Amino acid sequence: MTVLTNALRELAGLFVDDGALALMIIAVVVLTGVVATLLPEVPLVAGGILLLGCLTALLSSVARANRR
Amino acid sequence: MTGGLALIWPVMTAAFLASLVEAVEALTIVLAVATVRGWRPAGLGALAGLAVLALIVVALGPLLGHVPLRLLQFVIGILLLLFGMRWLRKAILRAAGVIPLHDEATAFATETAELREQARRNEARLDWIASLTTFKAVLLEGLEVVFIVIALGAGRGMLVAASAGAVAACLVVALVGLIVHRPLSRVPENSLKFVVGIMLSAFGVFWTGEGLGVAWPGSDLAIVGFAAIFLAVSAAAVALARRPRAEVVS
Repeated sequence: MTVLTNALRELAGLFVDDGALALMIIAVVVLTGVVATLLPEVPLVAGGILLLGCLTALLSSVARANRR
Repeated sequence: MTGGLALIWPVMTAAFLASLVEAVEALTIVLAVATVRGWRPAGLGALAGLAVLALIVVALGPLLGHVPLRLLQFVIGILLLLFGMRWLRKAILRAAGVIPLHDEATAFATETAELREQARRNEARLDWIASLTTFKAVLLEGLEVVFIVIALGAGRGMLVAASAGAVAACLVVALVGLIVHRPLSRVPENSLKFVVGIMLSAFGVFWTGEGLGVAWPGSDLAIVGFAAIFLAVSAAAVALARRPRAEVVS
């Protein structure tokens, strides 16, 4: 059981290091999905939100780590 | 079609560089085990890891063809964003001196010391522990390589190109490792992670957007634009976060 738990933890670790960064990325994707659904005729708005949101998430994560 | 073909080299290069990083990390552990306990348990564990990896690929690979393309792009896009931006964040922090650089020589020394300590405590089980250590290292690093290949290749039917890049990287590292018998500490691991993090993040934005129905201007070539934007922002982040080496927390 411990081996399985450790394996799952290591697997999750491939994608999540800074939990806040992962949450922000997911939030940006959800927001992008909502905007893409509400404004299907202008998909680039959703695309812009996705790109800028990811860059913002990255910068805020780096800034947080830098302050620690 | 042209846009699709234009992606072959970025996909192959990203797969090659990312796999190079993973293969170097796996090699360090295999070498550490071989140094302490010999090549037999180290090799057996590594081969077992490769066998399990091959089984996973053979068992799950054909399932990819049954997943709707849009869903595949969306899921892979999100995973690429999580994976790529995690690498990029770490590479930025290391380049800025906020966290120490990864050092294969130190990783080798740590692994060797741990195995020697285990040998002191329990000699009888050491071959088993040694094999398990290389098995785990090869399996975990290999899973990352498999994920990278699928993530980069599956969205546009470029699994062969991505696989070729990954296999080439693993062969290069294995060959150099066999020749020099030392951890490849001169590989600029952080620079590679920086570049790969940028490429994976760019692919992640592209696939996620496509999965959500975004028609990117320039089609596949938009990835190059995203990579340029990620590079500029990351370089700015390094410059803003940079601190003197003496302040680096070890």
